[in-house]
Amino acid sequence: MTSELDIFVGNTTLIDEEVYRLWLDGYSVSDAVALRVRAGILEQTGATAAVLQSDTMDHYRTFHMLERLLHAPPKLLHQLVFQIPPSRQALLIERYYAFDEAFVREVLGKKLSKGTKKDLDDISAKTGITLKSCRRQFDNFKRVFKVVEEMRGSLADNIQQHFLFSDRLARDYAAIVFFANNRFETAKKKLQYLSFGDFAFCAELMIQNWTLGAVGEAPSKPDSQVDDMDMDLDKEFLQDLKELKVLVADKDLLDLHKSLVCTALRGKLGVFSEMEANFKNLSRGLVNVAAKLTHNKDVRDLFVDLVEKFVEPCRSDHWPLGDVRLFLNQYSVTVHSLDGFRHQALWDRYMDTLRGCLLRLYHD
Amino acid sequence: MPGKLKVKIVAGRHLPVMDRASDLTDAFVEVKFGNTTFKTDVYLKSLNPQWNSEWFKFEVDDEDLQDEPLQITVLDHDTYSANDAIGKVYIDIDPLLYSEAATVISGWFPIYDTIHGIRGEINVVVKVDLFNDLNRFRQSSCGVKFFCTTSIPKCYRAVIIHGFVEELVVNEDPEYQWIDRIRTPRASNEARQRLISLMSGELQRKIGLKVLEMRGNAVVGYLQCFDLEGESGLVVRAIGTACTLDKLSSPAAFLPACNSPSKEMKELPFNEDPNPNTHSSGPSTPLKNQTYSFSPSKSYSRQSSSSDTDLSLTPKTAPYPQGRRIFLCPRSPSLSCGSLHLKKSCLLLSESSLTPHHSSLVSPVLRKSVSFSEELFLAASGMGSGSAGKEGGPFKALLRQQTQSALEQREFPFFTLTAFPPGFLVHVGGVVSARSVKLLDRIHNPDEPETRDAWWAEIRQEIKSHAKALGCHAVVGYSESTSICEEVCILSASGTAAVLNPRFLQDGTVEGCLEQRIEENLPAGCGFCHIPYDELNMPFPAHLTYCYNCRKQKVPDVLFTTIDLPTDATVVGKGCLIQARLCRLKKKAQAEANATAISNLLPFMEYEVHTQLMNKLKLKGMNALFGLRIQITVGENMLMGLASATAVYLAALPMPGGIQIAGKTPSDGSYEQHISHMQKKISDTIAKNKELYEINPPEISEEIIGSPIPEPKQRSRLLRSQSESSDEVTELDLSHGKKDAFVLEIDDTDAMEDVHSLLTDVPPPSGFYSCNTEIMPGINNWTSEIQMFTSVRVIRLSSLNLTNQALNKNFNDLCENLLKSLYFKLRSMIPCCLCHVNFTVSLPEDELIQVTVTAVAITFDKNQALQTTKTHIEKSLQRASTDNEELLQFPLELCSDSLPSHPFPPAKEHLESARSNSGIPAAQRATSVDYSSFADRCSSWIELIKLKAQTIRRGSIKTTVTVEKASPMGEGNFRNRSAPPCANSTVGVVKMTPLSFIPGAKITKYLGIINMFFIRETTSLREEGGVSGFLHAFIAEVFAMVRAHVAALGGNAVVSYIMKQCVFMENPNKNQAQCLINVSGDAVIFVRESELEVISTQQPTANCQQSCAGGEVTT
Repeated sequence: MTSELDIFVGNTTLIDEEVYRLWLDGYSVSDAVALRVRAGILEQTGATAAVLQSDTMDHYRTFHMLERLLHAPPKLLHQLVFQIPPSRQALLIERYYAFDEAFVREVLGKKLSKGTKKDLDDISAKTGITLKSCRRQFDNFKRVFKVVEEMRGSLADNIQQHFLFSDRLARDYAAIVFFANNRFETAKKKLQYLSFGDFAFCAELMIQNWTLGAVGEAPSKPDSQVDDMDMDLDKEFLQDLKELKVLVADKDLLDLHKSLVCTALRGKLGVFSEMEANFKNLSRGLVNVAAKLTHNKDVRDLFVDLVEKFVEPCRSDHWPLGDVRLFLNQYSVTVHSLDGFRHQALWDRYMDTLRGCLLRLYHD
Repeated sequence: MPGKLKVKIVAGRHLPVMDRASDLTDAFVEVKFGNTTFKTDVYLKSLNPQWNSEWFKFEVDDEDLQDEPLQITVLDHDTYSANDAIGKVYIDIDPLLYSEAATVISGWFPIYDTIHGIRGEINVVVKVDLFNDLNRFRQSSCGVKFFCTTSIPKCYRAVIIHGFVEELVVNEDPEYQWIDRIRTPRASNEARQRLISLMSGELQRKIGLKVLEMRGNAVVGYLQCFDLEGESGLVVRAIGTACTLDKLSSPAAFLPACNSPSKEMKELPFNEDPNPNTHSSGPSTPLKNQTYSFSPSKSYSRQSSSSDTDLSLTPKTAPYPQGRRIFLCPRSPSLSCGSLHLKKSCLLLSESSLTPHHSSLVSPVLRKSVSFSEELFLAASGMGSGSAGKEGGPFKALLRQQTQSALEQREFPFFTLTAFPPGFLVHVGGVVSARSVKLLDRIHNPDEPETRDAWWAEIRQEIKSHAKALGCHAVVGYSESTSICEEVCILSASGTAAVLNPRFLQDGTVEGCLEQRIEENLPAGCGFCHIPYDELNMPFPAHLTYCYNCRKQKVPDVLFTTIDLPTDATVVGKGCLIQARLCRLKKKAQAEANATAISNLLPFMEYEVHTQLMNKLKLKGMNALFGLRIQITVGENMLMGLASATAVYLAALPMPGGIQIAGKTPSDGSYEQHISHMQKKISDTIAKNKELYEINPPEISEEIIGSPIPEPKQRSRLLRSQSESSDEVTELDLSHGKKDAFVLEIDDTDAMEDVHSLLTDVPPPSGFYSCNTEIMPGINNWTSEIQMFTSVRVIRLSSLNLTNQALNKNFNDLCENLLKSLYFKLRSMIPCCLCHVNFTVSLPEDELIQVTVTAVAITFDKNQALQTTKTHIEKSLQRASTDNEELLQFPLELCSDSLPSHPFPPAKEHLESARSNSGIPAAQRATSVDYSSFADRCSSWIELIKLKAQTIRRGSIKTTVTVEKASPMGEGNFRNRSAPPCANSTVGVVKMTPLSFIPGAKITKYLGIINMFFIRETTSLREEGGVSGFLHAFIAEVFAMVRAHVAALGGNAVVSYIMKQCVFMENPNKNQAQCLINVSGDAVIFVRESELEVISTQQPTANCQQSCAGGEVTT
């Protein structure tokens, strides 16, 4: 006796969260059954293995049918074939687009191309995430990227609107898309200590301040979306950053800057002497990073540079985070007192974001 | 030209990409009705076209309106080649033809293609302007309402239940026409879908005409089926019960609906009793509108009513003689003589039908037929049945005689209803069924489907005679079915022989004493169990005892029926689903030989099915079956039998004895041991089941003793019975020695197998119950969560060494595993009950068995049991009072008046706490003043009114809360409310259920019947996920299309949903599969009870302000 056909169709589509997770994690039906058995479901329910097998198959089939709709979540809302309560729909979408930290760290900043896709088996082997799951996550990134690529308006909002994500997930995807678009290097060994959250935080700050969209959102024309592009960094701004070079190139200015900062921080900083000794190096580092951003290659290395030029020197001197904060605040504020420096607004736009990023990046 | 159909095509969405180059589609729409076609403009390059067309107007006969479906085809425009069809939508416009149903069909419909499935959606608006046509020779029957529901629909009242209507139409199956060889599968499928749609429209119209002829206005329990007879054609047939229904004036305004039918029907002690004479005082007069009555069918109606005018006394005007205990006195010899005479004729009839007879050739088509009576098996399987007590005998005969005279005028006194207005059902005789094997032949003249008609007429005649043999004049819970394999067809019909209340007959030849009879039956709630046949001339050997409830009449020891459990029946514990499963191999044969082989097998199958049912019933420790449905399916090389029923313990019937096993060779020691081991196992199972289903009869007998009804003599008898039954509970093994023990003889391996299979049935996991009736006996606190589902399984038998045993085991495992899977899948709903579990077996190929199950899981609240029994009464009372508004208004006014000033604590569920409240005395006074006339009648009446007052009070607290936003409620408001709020999703939720009600909600409007037929075919089976993927997607699509149609009608649920056919054929080698599905149900609007309470309590407040200014007693 073999079962040729075995289906269950409810008027309300049954979604088993546990099985959904197994499916998303890319397990085959038999693996999923084995995992469920190990979780003790047979004992809890008194079911037989055959029942479990049939149930798992059924759910997998349902998910497979839903997958097409999940690729365009608004379709899931409007379709008539599966009657699913709104809360369940949200859960389906959210879980489908959720990603593994380990996976996203591997792909973050890489071009979402076929080439990368080919590397997925390596990533799978490295992270222990099934290839199937890697593919889904990669395809999700790519799909979202494709949809919002050419769109105007806030990146996170666009994503939320077209994929019906929660706030949190939409912002994460905005970061992923932003990184993929600008191809920031994140895979270097010295960046390994950084989490996706760190990068996402920086991405959000950069989107807010350094992109074309950031200009568009200026209070003078709040509703204008003419140049409201969140994906690309503001090229003009990057060009202008060269002007900051004067801060380190002009020796007088650099000395003045240093003395002002030192005066302000004397006695407040635990690592004052180290700071005093390193000030010029640090300042040169930060300003040079800015000045280099005109080149795409250097934009990609932004995080490498920041870690090399600032995070590592401070860390080797064992600066506490509080001191880093005090220093960075003072460092950027003091520039306003430099009479010879004319690019105050530019400095603020650069430094405010950078300060936020550096503070986030500064940890072990 | 009595109708104008108007159609507007608004927009489309999610269309498939038809042009690969642009990834877009140039869509346009063709709208076709009859022979007229309109087209929209082409909407270029969009997957979401906005046509926003003009109104397309079709001027058509109402005959066409009824027959034809509206056909909407979406196409992709192609400049150079033929336009490609994207898909179609068929819209049945029938619901627009009744005055009270839907007024407009408007919404998104899935665009369906028989090859690709659903491909996007289209937004359509349809309206109909009907002109009145009083032509009496008209062929249309617009305005006759159809209901699939097998009880009187919730917001209607039955004025007259006319009786059986049937019709069938035949045609050639397009799939088998010569043209099918040259046309595409799509064209062929569409031709079939369209034809069946046309045929069912025609069928419905013809049935409607019959109803109009009978002066009815509705068909209830409408069941339409297709017989795909292959080469020989396509038969669409339908049966139903013609009624005259009256819409309850304001169904939603006052009724805080019923959670379950049982609650609702508990009203019966009050409103079912239309005889004003039983009550000495006037106030009951409003009740008289409640009368349910029959009218003799068709042509007889006028004749009989004119000839009997002087005799006919309607309940309204009849001056009834005093004395409700009349049944004790009329023992005049003449009467009993009459009864004897009658009995004899019955006996003769029954004898003739007892032997399986092979009727001779009636027509060239009919070559062989077999039929046999159920009674044979009842008798053989030891099922008892009883007869009335001596006093009742002659009376019974009189009753029978009189009602028969009225009912016999009808060709077939059949009713497709399974639940009845209170008081309608007097006695139940037992299940009657008939089967006949026919050889199919091409239908030569589709306009004269005589042979098919003759076949059914023959079967119905047989059913009728069986019923007569059981002393019954009517058949209720009647249904018909077929099973076809190649050219052999088994026609089956079954129902429950019953005696109906003749009081409802309009040609009142039977007045007087019959009234009293009902009187006497009702309080006990056991009347329907009392045997309708005569004790001395029983149609079959049976075991009779005095009714355990009233002690006055005889009852059988076991009762089998096809109807739902009557709501007034006293049940002990809970019920459960019982199935008998059976397979029999048969040799492959051709034509006549095949038919003969099947005919020969049938009686044995029926016998075994009954034995299994009986054994399983005993094993559960129960004594009655409801909703019994026996399905015999014929295949190439085997016959399958599947019987499903809901077992219950009826308090009126005797306690079932245990099962005793007897071996053949008592000498053998080890064998003996084995037997006793089995015996112990069985006894243990019985004991366990009794515990599981809370079967605790002694409590019940105590109750009886506590009640004032039994006289001293009877009481002693009752006491004795109590001791008896308690004996049986504690010492089960002892009871086997008694006369009522059921002996299972193990004389061969087969029997051993049977016993084993008895024990393999696993009870559902804890928290689960299952039944195949509308509701589970013993559970009444339903909560609102429901999940309707369809599950299909097909197994392939290994063709090697197939034996009956192996086959049986396979089949048994299939069903058991299926049930287990269901329990597992629905485990998140625990505690819940699977209701209306409907199994269908088919044998699509040699080694394939297909089982399709449709059921609904309903959650219930375990902890509310106590509370609900109370609200039960409250609810019923409110119902009762709603039915006569005069009664209703005053208490409502008073109470609601006193309320706003007395904010009660929320926890005044209990009478005590409420009494301590200052508001109560007023209410009490009010009730006692207003109902003083009732007081002498029944003291509990007052008690109930108090309860009611309380409910109302509780309700009005809510009013004070919501009064801010409350506005006068109109129809429109109801509609708004009924639309489910769906904040995030644009798709409204549509519930589907095979039941006639929705728990926790009140159906406010019936929008029309949904009857849909779909074909789906694929030539890329593997790519669509194999057979499972294909069928899963198709069933999901069918659900979607049903929901879309309901939503477009403005509804939010389908009740009495049924999947009548699911024919699945596959050819994996060719990577092909095809499936046909036919579903039906009633589209309704329901309102949640919680929302309703707000409405209902507002009403009284409003009333009060208008009419009862001086009512402020307590403020």
